[in-house]
Amino acid sequence: MATDTTTDSPASAHAVAAEQSPRGAKKRFLHDAAESVRDVDHRAFVRKALGGYYVTRDAQKARYGNWETARDAASLAKWSAVNRLDELLPRFADNFTANGGQLHWARDAEEAREIILGLVRAAKAKAIIKSKCMTSEEIHLNAALEQEGYGVVESDLGEFIQQLRGEPPYHFVFPCMHVRRGEISDLFSKHLGTAATDSPEELTMIARRHMRQLYVDADVGITGANFLVAETGQISITENEGNARLTAALPRVHIALAGIEKVVEHLDDLAVLLPILAAAGTGQPMTCYNTLYSGPARPGECDGPEEMHLVLLDNSRTAILADPEQRDSLHCIRCGACLNVCPIFKNVGGFTYGTTYQGPIGSVITPHLRGLADWNHLSGASSLCGACTDACPVRIDIHHHLLHNRRNAARTAPNRWEKLGHKLFVAVATRPWLFATGGALFRRSLSLLKWLKPPLLSAWLATRDLPAAPAASFRAQWASRQGGR
Amino acid sequence: MTAPANSPRSTRPGPSARDTILSRVREALRLPAPPPHLKSIAAEEAAVPAAGQGHSGLSILPLEVARPWLPDGGDTPAERRAILVTNLEKLRAIVHQVPDLTAATELVFTLARERDWQRVAYHGHALVDPLLAGIPCATHRVDAPGVHSATAKSSLEACDAGISACEALVAQTGSILVSSATCGGRGLSIVPHVHLVVATPDQIVSTLGDALHEAQQRHAGRMPSMLSFITGPSRTGDIERILVLGAHGPKELIVILVG
Repeated sequence: MATDTTTDSPASAHAVAAEQSPRGAKKRFLHDAAESVRDVDHRAFVRKALGGYYVTRDAQKARYGNWETARDAASLAKWSAVNRLDELLPRFADNFTANGGQLHWARDAEEAREIILGLVRAAKAKAIIKSKCMTSEEIHLNAALEQEGYGVVESDLGEFIQQLRGEPPYHFVFPCMHVRRGEISDLFSKHLGTAATDSPEELTMIARRHMRQLYVDADVGITGANFLVAETGQISITENEGNARLTAALPRVHIALAGIEKVVEHLDDLAVLLPILAAAGTGQPMTCYNTLYSGPARPGECDGPEEMHLVLLDNSRTAILADPEQRDSLHCIRCGACLNVCPIFKNVGGFTYGTTYQGPIGSVITPHLRGLADWNHLSGASSLCGACTDACPVRIDIHHHLLHNRRNAARTAPNRWEKLGHKLFVAVATRPWLFATGGALFRRSLSLLKWLKPPLLSAWLATRDLPAAPAASFRAQWASRQGGR
Repeated sequence: MTAPANSPRSTRPGPSARDTILSRVREALRLPAPPPHLKSIAAEEAAVPAAGQGHSGLSILPLEVARPWLPDGGDTPAERRAILVTNLEKLRAIVHQVPDLTAATELVFTLARERDWQRVAYHGHALVDPLLAGIPCATHRVDAPGVHSATAKSSLEACDAGISACEALVAQTGSILVSSATCGGRGLSIVPHVHLVVATPDQIVSTLGDALHEAQQRHAGRMPSMLSFITGPSRTGDIERILVLGAHGPKELIVILVG
């Protein structure tokens, strides 16, 4: 299907540009963040969309005998698997292959794209249907398929809307949460020729009707995977709409793409992970469809694909694995809870990050995936309030990892000005006479700063008023209170 | 692993991608990572060895230990049934409880007439077959010979409803477990606009863990190519986070409990 690749959103254009030329990533982040923060309507819209999340999630948490202990169990299941990937990956691979699936290993994005293109060519695909898969966004799969002339349709409603808009997902669980229904109606009118409507239900039905025949016609279905079960060789896919079920049921060839960190050891682990993913992600007891696949249709089964392939992707995941301090960021089950509660995400919006994975967890892992030098600014995109860490169902120490990244960046590329500033401060603070004189000078010249706009302070002063300087120093005021008692 | 004939081999020289990735993994794991900061589980309960002991013999919590922390699924058959029905109704599934198969057959007849079903898909099964007797519309049996053709897909797509059995019903989450081996393949429970499940109360299990255990035992060593937990009718919240039922899968999920 031909999609309109022009985009109405400068922020999303920047998201694409950021990856193409990472050198400007920080500058673009600051620019887009400032733009987003000024867009009060947009912020209000995003807040409203996320407002219901707390209510439904808390209702689910209340159903648990002990939510905190259940989080412990989920966290342990992932910790135990990630720290034994050396043993569990081959075990999964053997079992997956024994089930009749064909396994492909990809060291990086390019290799994964080559493998999938090869499979699509071998299948002589005329039409490809795809269900939501963030890993495919990470490797820019659609662009690669389209470049080779293959039509690929995103079947998840949110992803379909984003595909028509020519934008990447805004939020990795709620891809089009920033789009208003009127815009979706216009979009459908333009691309599908449907009548205008402001009913979310009617808009959903338009997409449903549009997609129906595509499932029947597609010869290749591409999905992601949420968990890879080592002991049985099954892959588990979580979704709400049924589009992944359809994608893996009707086309002749099923191709799944997943990162190596998705492995869990036991089928049992899913008894904790599936409900907790749904509760933390969308505030549901379970998402609508949680499906385990092991290979193509078996003899005696009346439908299903003739071939099933799984592409296992590294793409720098082993670099995170090699860092014991931040290894737990591979526990991530992509529920999106940390985005939903993040004050920064709610203010700067999803596109500002310029990353495949937005929000706090994206800020932690992107520097590992794309380089700390160009992406360390994301570590500063945090108030360090810890809401993300509290919300994480698998207990990733997210906000501390942002601090770890800041420390690592300072170690590898020290900021000379910052160092000089600290030296100056030490020099002044260790000499009481200099401290007093400096303080007096500063109190008298404070109002001048407003006019001088020195480079380091101008960004701060652009949106804030300076406080009035007190008449006397703190030490003088303290002393005047009869020794401070 | 030998790559199958139609598998595209990597054209890169040197060691295979599998070997490279596995050696990267082994290298990366040489330094142990501390266990997560647990809030509630005592270390001995979790059977977590102290960091630095290496990772041999590391074991995760048995599911039995975790059971009381998760949402309740009931201990007795009556409790399980009550929890299941409550959860299904919260999920906006339609539940009918009937005394026997004769009553179920009458119910299906009425549903087909009221909703003006033209064509209903089903699979051969002791619980399903009787329901089709005298149904006032055309039927399409998905497990009849002649699969994998585009016509089979299209005829399934043209059906108003799909009637299937299930492997288990999970009280804890209100989920219905279907498999490609025993419930009419992959398409029957997802393609038609209405999914009608017929089940008996003895199929109700307490928790998701129980359902997974049972499935492992039932299919001993040879799992069906698809096992799917269906939790309510298909839904989406992608437009302004407003809930809409029937995104791509069935708009309606009807559960008939017989007995």
